Amino acid sequence: MSTEAGTRTTTTTQPSGRVGDSPLRPDGTLKVTGEFAYASDLWHDDMVWGVTLRSPHPHARIRGIDIAEALTVPGVIAVLTADDVPGENAVGLEHADQPVLASEFVRYEGEPVALVAADHPETARRAAQRIHVEYEVLPAVTDPRRAMDDDAPAVHQPGNLVRHLTLRRGDPDATAPVVVSLDFEVGMQDQAFLGPESGLAVPAEDGGVDLYVATQWLHVDQRQMCLALGMPKELVRLHLAGVGGAFGGREDLSVHVHASMLALRTGRPVKMSYGREESFFGHVHRHPAWMTYEFGAERDGTLVYARARTVLDGGAYASSTAAVVGNAGTLGLGPYRIPNVAVDAYGVFTNNPPCGAMRGFGCVQAAYAHEALMDELAEAVGLDPVAIRQLNGMREGDTNITGQVIDSAAPVAELLQIVRDMPMPPPADTSDIRSRPGAVGNTTHGEGVVRGVGYAVTYKNVGFSEGFDDYSTARVRLEMTGGEAVATVHTAAAEVGQGLITVEQQICRTELGVERVVVHPKNTAVGSGGSTSASRQTYVTGGAVKAACEAVRAVVLERAALSLGRPANELRLDGGKIVGSSGEVLVGLGEVLGEDAVEETVEYRHRPTHAIDPETGQGDAHVQFAFSAHRAVVDVDVELGLVKVVALDTAQDVGKAINPDAVVGQIQGGSAQGMGLALMEEIVVTDGHVRNPSFTDYLIPTILDMPPMQVKVLEYADPHAPYGVRGVGEPPTISSGPAVAAAVRAAAGKPLRRVPIRPEHITGT
Amino acid sequence: MRITTTVNGAVHEVDDVWPGESLLYMLRERMGLPGSKNACEQGECGSCTVYLDGEPVCSCLVAAGQAIGREVTTVEGLATEGQLHPVQEAFLECGAVQCGFCTPGLLVAAHDLLARVPDPSDLEIREALAGNLCRCTGYEKILDAVRSAARRQAEA
Amino acid sequence: MDFLQPTSWTDALAARAERPDAVAIAGGTDVMVDLNFDRRRPGALLDLGRVPELREWAAEDGWVRLGAGVPYSRIIEELAIQLPGLAMASRTVGSPQIRIRATVGGNLGSASPAGDAHPPLLAAGAVVEVQSAARGARRIPAEEFYTGVKRNALAPDELIAAVLVPTAAGPQQFCKVGTRNAMVIAVSAFACALHPDRKTVGTGIGSAAPTPRRAPDAEDFLAGELQAAGLWDSRGRLPEELARAFGERVAAAASPIDDVRGSAAYRRHSLSVMARRAVTWAWNDLREAA
Repeated sequence: MSTEAGTRTTTTTQPSGRVGDSPLRPDGTLKVTGEFAYASDLWHDDMVWGVTLRSPHPHARIRGIDIAEALTVPGVIAVLTADDVPGENAVGLEHADQPVLASEFVRYEGEPVALVAADHPETARRAAQRIHVEYEVLPAVTDPRRAMDDDAPAVHQPGNLVRHLTLRRGDPDATAPVVVSLDFEVGMQDQAFLGPESGLAVPAEDGGVDLYVATQWLHVDQRQMCLALGMPKELVRLHLAGVGGAFGGREDLSVHVHASMLALRTGRPVKMSYGREESFFGHVHRHPAWMTYEFGAERDGTLVYARARTVLDGGAYASSTAAVVGNAGTLGLGPYRIPNVAVDAYGVFTNNPPCGAMRGFGCVQAAYAHEALMDELAEAVGLDPVAIRQLNGMREGDTNITGQVIDSAAPVAELLQIVRDMPMPPPADTSDIRSRPGAVGNTTHGEGVVRGVGYAVTYKNVGFSEGFDDYSTARVRLEMTGGEAVATVHTAAAEVGQGLITVEQQICRTELGVERVVVHPKNTAVGSGGSTSASRQTYVTGGAVKAACEAVRAVVLERAALSLGRPANELRLDGGKIVGSSGEVLVGLGEVLGEDAVEETVEYRHRPTHAIDPETGQGDAHVQFAFSAHRAVVDVDVELGLVKVVALDTAQDVGKAINPDAVVGQIQGGSAQGMGLALMEEIVVTDGHVRNPSFTDYLIPTILDMPPMQVKVLEYADPHAPYGVRGVGEPPTISSGPAVAAAVRAAAGKPLRRVPIRPEHITGT
Repeated sequence: MRITTTVNGAVHEVDDVWPGESLLYMLRERMGLPGSKNACEQGECGSCTVYLDGEPVCSCLVAAGQAIGREVTTVEGLATEGQLHPVQEAFLECGAVQCGFCTPGLLVAAHDLLARVPDPSDLEIREALAGNLCRCTGYEKILDAVRSAARRQAEA
Repeated sequence: MDFLQPTSWTDALAARAERPDAVAIAGGTDVMVDLNFDRRRPGALLDLGRVPELREWAAEDGWVRLGAGVPYSRIIEELAIQLPGLAMASRTVGSPQIRIRATVGGNLGSASPAGDAHPPLLAAGAVVEVQSAARGARRIPAEEFYTGVKRNALAPDELIAAVLVPTAAGPQQFCKVGTRNAMVIAVSAFACALHPDRKTVGTGIGSAAPTPRRAPDAEDFLAGELQAAGLWDSRGRLPEELARAFGERVAAAASPIDDVRGSAAYRRHSLSVMARRAVTWAWNDLREAA
């Protein structure tokens, strides 16, 4: 095969592009020619295939595992169980509560129980079927609302509560003349990244392992692997393979330890690639949520108080549930000024599929509740949906519900005004079947079609919160190669498709004044780049790259200053040359550097965040907030309950668009994922069993479902962030869905308190 | 079983193919052509789209043996002599590629559309590409890319 | 697993007879999913893709004899006039890539209640032609072909040769509800065909019973009411109440279940709406043609 593990992604670009430009992705050509090596494309001489045997039960005790028959299958090289885990049989993103391979209990359907390595994936699958596991099926906790009951079976000891966040501000018992309330339920969404989990583990001569894997955070993977493999980090080396999307679903481990165990045991390189069905069992999902909200307001619509109770189903293991609860609590009332607040947010264990990170992280669920309730309030006081939000919307300098001052732009009113003022789509087009609800299904020729318009607004924390030591490391090297100044940037920050590598190049070009920037393959040979999540990489890793460039630049200019006899602060780097304050070329970079390379490694941290008070939930929990608003226009066939979204327009403040085209791409893609949850995406779980683990029945939007999207980007720089950037990736996923839901409610004239909205919810049948 | 088929103009002969294997598996794992992607294994995502005797098909749903003696063209065969096809150029330049996992299949599907309909309407583009799921872009820049590719082909 | 690849109909029938453990594969859009998802490991695959007879269609005496291996993309392009209902249904099958491969023969072989081709075949009064090496050909009316969930009347040694569909003598319609606007398995589907020559009405229901089925009461009711009101001859407007009552009878003919794709109640409701609308469109087409 043409692609060898470890030889990819040393990407060199020709096109120039600095901060604020939109240069092409350095990996783009490889991606359009089919040569880009995703994790599932990796191949190695002498490679064998690993497969996972998973639990068919949501909750059971393992009485015994008999692997003897599986070992007799010709072509099988190894069969491993929990007894073979070399280190601690426990992994987990925040708490190591999940076995690498189940030993005593299985706690969800699909939990890994055993591994097989064989010379062909079909052989390995057949052998896995010959592993005999004796289960004693146990009662399962499958309703998260009952998980905290005294008589509920405990998924873990001491009980099923992962986190209870209490937030009290002002007078929690405040009253108001206008009161509105609702219950809202959000179904379980899947990240549905297109490239299923995959990795290649290669045993090394030093007794260690090199793992090439699609992930979001190499170092947090490494930390867990070291514990599970019982090996020091020097021997557990991770390399980022091509990633086919992530959206939170690759923050937890998948094949990592399993493939490495098989490789270390067999002495052969082992590839593990999930199919789509296994992928649905192989990563965490977005938490389903049950929310009860109440707003009290003055008669003019000004909010007086808000109360909220939220239950999030964490499933069988903790993953990032505690942090999701943190967001659902601290940000759960949306970007509004509310003086009196009482919020209780719970994350619980059940025997349902584990839930964790997904784009929007706790804010997505909450936004459905607070935005639906805001529309209720608007109606109660006789305001339109935009006016009520503008009236109550946060402004810079306001204090949010945890008592944190919003210390940069908070343009809620302006964002809403922008989307309201955008041109409306033309009236319902019934001339072409493809424009109607139901499209080529030919279900309406205009009958029953009602148009609806809905608005929603959100704010989302950027970066990790609540006191987490959130940092990124960057190593930047500047040297002459073939007579040309070349910068090499090395971070471990995962490129998952969003375009971080382009941004890293742009920053290097801008700070070092060179054209040619090589992005070093991402691996654990450099310090942590933190997680590719929480809309944080351009901010934090971008900040690290900028800082590393500045350190390199300082060394270079100091050298130039010495040789030129001029103060360093009068010198700049531009076009591969040292130039003076008025731009005059003083000396070439080659003459300053000679044969030397200047290399600096820098850790960059954003301003610290703080834990919230356990009693009141008060504190400066977050470092930055990103705001967006959506307007959705839908045509609903109210008799059949079918929806055609005809416009999904948005405005978002991004602080500073480092790469404007990529920013728009994030906003459009994020909006589509939000729309998917509103209308079609749900992992249906009955009694702990996933009923639709396939793309036939887990539906994500097609190109015929997506409308044209008008996007307006505001750039109100955050003075505390590098270049003034504000995280981009998540807000669109938060505000788009509630806007769509509001538009469908407007058209259908029904409350619709659950997403995804199914046709039968609209028709009432 | 032994399978002989022409892929991207070159005759490939592979042995020991398990008859239950798909054309996709054979391309990726036996012929060194991993460009076509395996994302759903059931024809719902289009990431594995290739030409089979000139028609775009989901290669995950073609049994390897069904490709015996046929002509297959994959994403790796769209560029000629190192020159990207206008569809590839357009996807690259319009920002239609993020993670890129859907890209190989979309390129083949868009290539086929523009070969049949040189100047498609937006609705024609949407119907023709409805079998290719993308999770990153929201499809706007994919539409841009197909429109742009149509213009490029018209000018060429 | 063996791979059998006959290149003639005679050889295909021989292979079918010799290998009862073989699964026939045409476009592969169902069979390969089962293989990829490890649901099925037959002793052999019997590839019908190289049997030229199966890929032909011909008009014969008011019928179209549609080879079992003609893909949906060709039905859309070549048979929209003769078989409008089937062509409309064909356009809703999967994606372009699927329609190029998938066949009516495959739909019949799988006999899924959600197969898109079934409702228009039932509405049109199609007949399935099957054949074995031992006993030759026999013809089975479509409504007798489906015998249970994913079961059909095919004997183990038989293959589906063709489906014979009466050339449309009047307007036909097809509607399909799915929870997204493309590439979706039917939550429910309905087809109707007006046969003004015989003054009868044909129906077909999909995804709302263990098998695709007709709604005979609805057919008889509507044909009778049209006759009673003289509308077959006058081509007057279809009374809304009549269309509504027809829809209710179609819904009553279904035996839907709750599943991940939709509820039984919604399936029934959606059938009544689709049937009302579809018959109205068909009737309006008939009036316009007059």
